[in-house]
Amino acid sequence: MPAYHFTLNGEAVSVEVATDLPLLWVLRDVLGVTGPKYGCGVGVCGACTSHLDGQAFRPCIQPVSGVVGRQVTTIEGLGGEGLHPVQQAWIAEDVAQCGFCQPGQIMAAVGLLSQNPNPSDAEIDAVMSENVCRCGTYVRIRAAIKRAAQALRDAGTGG
Amino acid sequence: MADTLKPDVAVSGRVDRRRFLTWVVASPTLMVAARLGLDVPSASAAEANATGAGEAVTSNETALDLYIAIGSDGRVLATLPRTEMGQGITTGVAMLVAEELDAGLGSVEVRSADADPRWLIQLTGMSSTMRYLAGPLRAAAADARARLVTAAAHRWGVSASSLSTANGEVIAPDGRRAGYGELAQDAAGVWLPEISSEPKDPSAYTVVGQPTGRVDARDIVTGAARYTLDLSIPGAVPVVVARPPTLRGSLQSFDASAASAMPGVVGVVPLPTGVAVAAQTFAQALAARDALRISWTLGPASQLSDADIRIKLRDQIGPRPLAPLFTLKTLEGRFDFPYLAHAPMETQSCVASVVGNRAEIWSGVQDPKFAQREVAAALGWALTPQWVTVHPVRAGGGFGRRFFTEAPVEAALASRALGRPVKLMWTRNDDMRHGHYRPASHHRVLAYIGPFGTILGWHHRAAIPTVEFPHGYGDLVTAIFGELLPELTSALFFTLTQHVPYHFGLVSQELRETSIPIPTASFRSVFTSQVGVANEIFVDQLARELGRDPVALRRSQLKSNRLKAVLDKVTLEGQWGRPLPPGVAQGVAVLEEWDSAIAHLVEVDVTGAEPKVLRVVIAADVGLPINPKSVEAQLQGAAVDAMSTTLSAGLHIDAGAVREGSFADYRWLRMKHIPAEIRVHFVRSDDRIGGVGELGYPSAAAALANALARATGTMPTRFPILDAGA
Repeated sequence: MPAYHFTLNGEAVSVEVATDLPLLWVLRDVLGVTGPKYGCGVGVCGACTSHLDGQAFRPCIQPVSGVVGRQVTTIEGLGGEGLHPVQQAWIAEDVAQCGFCQPGQIMAAVGLLSQNPNPSDAEIDAVMSENVCRCGTYVRIRAAIKRAAQALRDAGTGG
Repeated sequence: MADTLKPDVAVSGRVDRRRFLTWVVASPTLMVAARLGLDVPSASAAEANATGAGEAVTSNETALDLYIAIGSDGRVLATLPRTEMGQGITTGVAMLVAEELDAGLGSVEVRSADADPRWLIQLTGMSSTMRYLAGPLRAAAADARARLVTAAAHRWGVSASSLSTANGEVIAPDGRRAGYGELAQDAAGVWLPEISSEPKDPSAYTVVGQPTGRVDARDIVTGAARYTLDLSIPGAVPVVVARPPTLRGSLQSFDASAASAMPGVVGVVPLPTGVAVAAQTFAQALAARDALRISWTLGPASQLSDADIRIKLRDQIGPRPLAPLFTLKTLEGRFDFPYLAHAPMETQSCVASVVGNRAEIWSGVQDPKFAQREVAAALGWALTPQWVTVHPVRAGGGFGRRFFTEAPVEAALASRALGRPVKLMWTRNDDMRHGHYRPASHHRVLAYIGPFGTILGWHHRAAIPTVEFPHGYGDLVTAIFGELLPELTSALFFTLTQHVPYHFGLVSQELRETSIPIPTASFRSVFTSQVGVANEIFVDQLARELGRDPVALRRSQLKSNRLKAVLDKVTLEGQWGRPLPPGVAQGVAVLEEWDSAIAHLVEVDVTGAEPKVLRVVIAADVGLPINPKSVEAQLQGAAVDAMSTTLSAGLHIDAGAVREGSFADYRWLRMKHIPAEIRVHFVRSDDRIGGVGELGYPSAAAALANALARATGTMPTRFPILDAGA
């Protein structure tokens, strides 16, 4: 089997797996990185959402061959030493219920804010409607994204 | 993580006047167990002991509700027979324990107990955790605190009543302090506490009742929280199961030659429910599953589709009963509700290891003892269920689905056949198409109107396929009934839970159970998700007929002051009757259940292509809200469930198979459908602890339907209303 090299949460990794193996299973079954969750396997629920070169993507429908030489970031690699402002906002707004979708929600929100630091409600809804939360935490997710956006803007302006 | 019940040798016990028995369990550190009620022999033994005269409670079979332990490091561990599925009980329990102990919230850890016959009720459902366990929790923690204070008094040679407690320490008037950790061992030897171990009066609470963030929030947002398939059990191989195309279809024959030759495949084994494929990764197992060649026998519902089911249900309704005397007009409403999948984000899953005559199960089960019995029976150990250890794991949503234990049974059988531990996962398709469902139903509601607009009677007949309660209501007795007499158990639950809260004259509600071979289960709010919803929609129809405002009509006929209070609150906060543009309307509905009362006000806009909910206002009386943030979260989530199933989410049955396969076609609402605000206002009539998990669904659904009726002029009667395919 071919070996694939990529960067995972800041560290170089190499795996020997089949070409078409979806990255989700490389992460979970081969590398033991369990933050990204299986929710549907077909890219409709967003529970596995992670980042590829800083952009939100769905590891469940991304063959491992497509990430060679690229930067993969999962929820485990988001905060570095501390918590990312989006994670902090999630705690401040007490978003999670069962929590299963939340790593994906957070990674989607970080992706949104990196593209659009001051999203409107409609812009938040448009991006975040790609992620399902079966517990119905949407109102709090929206509030947490606004809180994080404010915090990121304050930090950006040295405020 | 799960926790195994410690050897139960009690050394000292006492009786709380609020009918909770507490006792100290022999242990190198302080461990206090508690249970409800004194109507059992071991309790009288403990009572005698509390007076210093009798023997200790020493039975190894002492039933209990929970225990708390204080370690030498000052950490407090509460172990209880409940599963965290997102409803926030770990935070609520930690708050109660911290409150009564005067310990820091961060020092309290809450664990789910392994399956064990000594747990009185080990079932997470019926909105029961806080209602049932708050009393014993408070009693156990208050008892532990009294013993810690007594231990400090002995150590310092001072009167126990002169000491105070704060933040995990006992404090003397002269400033001396001792942490609970350093007192725990001595406290375990305290025979009789020298201060009252009466729990605090709620008016003294500083932790309970305060909006508090979840104790596991950090674990969740960092991805550190572990669900079943995140556990690292050495050697466990991924397993998926090929399942029949129809519900409860069965395996005829299969050919695994192609599948077995595929990369990574470890083994293929037949199961009663399908064919299991084990491989090095789930992706390989899924690919090999697709390569299996299987012949299936059709399931028992293969002759049934939606239209047949609707006819079967309607046929159960029968002729109208005689109207009450003086009836001038009879109103009739008919309602149809669909099958619903629970569709938790985490699909059914289990890690299992079966070696010889021992099995170990890790799974997010709502009833671990039922799982234990089911796995034991499947392995041929029905008489020795204790050979099966069940560790409940944090679940990614439950909603009633995880009472059932197909995944643990399949995983145990696969583990034994493969001779190694397995981690078994249901795909989303599996989870949607092979579930146990909230049954479809048909309802006829009759309202009898007499002279001068008086309401003489209300008659509701509901045709609902039998809801399966093989797990019972959490204890062995009802579990036996649930298994042997499913119709009776379902009917009993209907009678226990279904009430009309109005003075409507002669009121009767009947369940017509229908036998349809499609698996069913409790779903959030169980029968109230249909019966209660239909009633509250038809109350609005009655108001229209009588030319009365729906709030005013409810206000005049409600029996319960709590319901009147939440209705008043919701109409005030929601500005009932405020001017709205054409095509926008408000609706209200109420519900009293599980010792709580709630009212919803929903505003909906029907001017677009699909109805859009603009605002949801909720007034809830849950008595003492242990954690208002958690109550609010449950009510917000239930409102999303109600909006989803009223508007767009429902299952279709095509020749015995479920059509929907994922969140792409099972249209649970997404963020863009959700109003900017789902606001919760609290009304507090007293300090009782009401249930919360199921409270928020029925009146949210009915209020939305009522708003739709007022906006469009047509009362919705078939759900979900946006269902084009029915």
